[in-house]
Amino acid sequence: MVRSNTLTSRLVDGIILLVLAIIALTSLYPLWYTIALSFSDQAAANAGKVTIWPSGFNLTSYRIILDDEKFFRAFGVSLKRVLIGGAVNFLLTVIMAYPLSRSAKQFPGRNIYMWFLVFCMLFSGGLIPLYITITTLGLQNTIWSLVLPGAVPIFNVILIMNFFRSLPKELDEAAVVDGAGPWYTLLRIYIPLSVPAMATVTLFSIVGHWNSFFDGLIYMSKPQNYPLQTYIQQLVVNITPDLMKEMTTEQLIELMKASNKTLNAAKLMVAMIPILLLYPFLQRYFVHGIVLGSVKE
Amino acid sequence: MKDKKTLFHYHLMLSPGILLLLIFSIIPMFGIAMAFQNVIPGKKIWKQEWIGWDNFTFMLQIPDIKQVVINTVVIATMKITLGIIIPVTFALLLHEVRTRWFKRTVQTIVYLPHFMSWVILAGIMVNIFSLDGIVNQLAGLFGVEPVMFLASNTWFRHIVVWSDVWKEFGFGTIVYLAALTGINPSLYEAAEIDGANRLHKLRYITLPGIMPTIILLTTLSLGNVLNAGFDQIFNLYNPLVYSSGDVIDTYVYRLGLVQMQYGLATAVGLLKSVVAIVLIAISYRLAYTFANYRIF
Repeated sequence: MVRSNTLTSRLVDGIILLVLAIIALTSLYPLWYTIALSFSDQAAANAGKVTIWPSGFNLTSYRIILDDEKFFRAFGVSLKRVLIGGAVNFLLTVIMAYPLSRSAKQFPGRNIYMWFLVFCMLFSGGLIPLYITITTLGLQNTIWSLVLPGAVPIFNVILIMNFFRSLPKELDEAAVVDGAGPWYTLLRIYIPLSVPAMATVTLFSIVGHWNSFFDGLIYMSKPQNYPLQTYIQQLVVNITPDLMKEMTTEQLIELMKASNKTLNAAKLMVAMIPILLLYPFLQRYFVHGIVLGSVKE
Repeated sequence: MKDKKTLFHYHLMLSPGILLLLIFSIIPMFGIAMAFQNVIPGKKIWKQEWIGWDNFTFMLQIPDIKQVVINTVVIATMKITLGIIIPVTFALLLHEVRTRWFKRTVQTIVYLPHFMSWVILAGIMVNIFSLDGIVNQLAGLFGVEPVMFLASNTWFRHIVVWSDVWKEFGFGTIVYLAALTGINPSLYEAAEIDGANRLHKLRYITLPGIMPTIILLTTLSLGNVLNAGFDQIFNLYNPLVYSSGDVIDTYVYRLGLVQMQYGLATAVGLLKSVVAIVLIAISYRLAYTFANYRIF
């Protein structure tokens, strides 16, 4: 591209870079502050001495977490949920997207299924009926209450279906001529050709499973079954509304002061680690994945 | 090519997913009946007492409900508006940058909060906005008295809206950036030769170039006017800020699962769904008309 190099133009460039740098730093700062807090001394943190660097650097908080059996149990529940939930989501996305990617001529029932999916995507019974269904099925306090209600990621199915449709028809025809059945065609032709798209939706479903807390809160009556986010929600974030209602403002201030800032910060950090580990992989795929089909260059 | 065996396998592939949807999406829909019943928890749904529209008329008489609806619409509208303006502006700024490593670094950083849960981010917010947190410290440098931001009805909505912007603007940028790279570079070259400056190019090439994307995403976001963000507000709010921060979803949760008012909560939720579906239908129609958009 032709690019004018006048003084004003370079000045504008400079200002833009500065503004973007400030925005990026503001984006990062809250996370950075939490890291600094987690490595700080409890007293220094409460005195508000932490700004950019840890004050009174120590690892006490992390040592406490390492000894915290409940924290690790919750971490384990979350890990189990991610593995089972991610696998179920992946499997169902693939085996549903493939037949739906056939034309209505090749697969006469296709449009009926399609309408059914869209219907389920748009309409729901709402919070209470779903809650009652889950409890009636006796899924409370099992991992399945966290995995099964969202087992079919309809939006992902449609996304992958559209991706399959964009692949050349000749591949499929050649496979049929060579005598490949639907399963073989899916496994040997469609899946290998759509690795980036699958990776995107699977990584997103994993992040979703890792991050959700609400189902854990309502379907698990025993705290030992809580996934990590629910555990943290209960311990760190939730300052028990009902209790607070009874308190005076002074009592509330006391309560907030007494909360163990550094330990909470460390717990938040540990809960973030899996996402941070996944992030490089996510980043590689998601920009491509999001734009998938929306913009054609 | 329509041989029976292939078709059988197609149905087979779809069956597990359809079965799960029947159980977890369709069966709960019968629970909507509870909106018209006086529900006594523990009793079977077909044994409950039918009371017609009583839950709905009662709902309209609850003093809180008006405020809850206002809060929802105000917070959601602010989020939707800023959720368009800021990512577009940010994408335009980023698009001007030619230094590749800088561009990539900025992008990597601003996408990151999107992948964090509201539980974690709320934990961080509580730290930042607490009485001895960094925000109050900074304000203190200018002689401002410490404020309990998360317990203040004047500040709560702003915190909700701006923290949502902070979490999502980077991610919202992606689609606009893609639209920007889709603009034909020769247009810029031609404009350059005709003596256009940067503002001219922005006004006559860049903005018209991404306008379809902006219109599309704006119309599609209309369906969210009653979704102010349950996860976020649930994790940030407390009884002190109910009057400015309580939204329909959080209200339904407290009414239904905490106070066990199943019938009433279902009625509130149903009304919300009905409005939402109408809005989605309208916005989908608009997106189809103005941006030629279809899902499948």
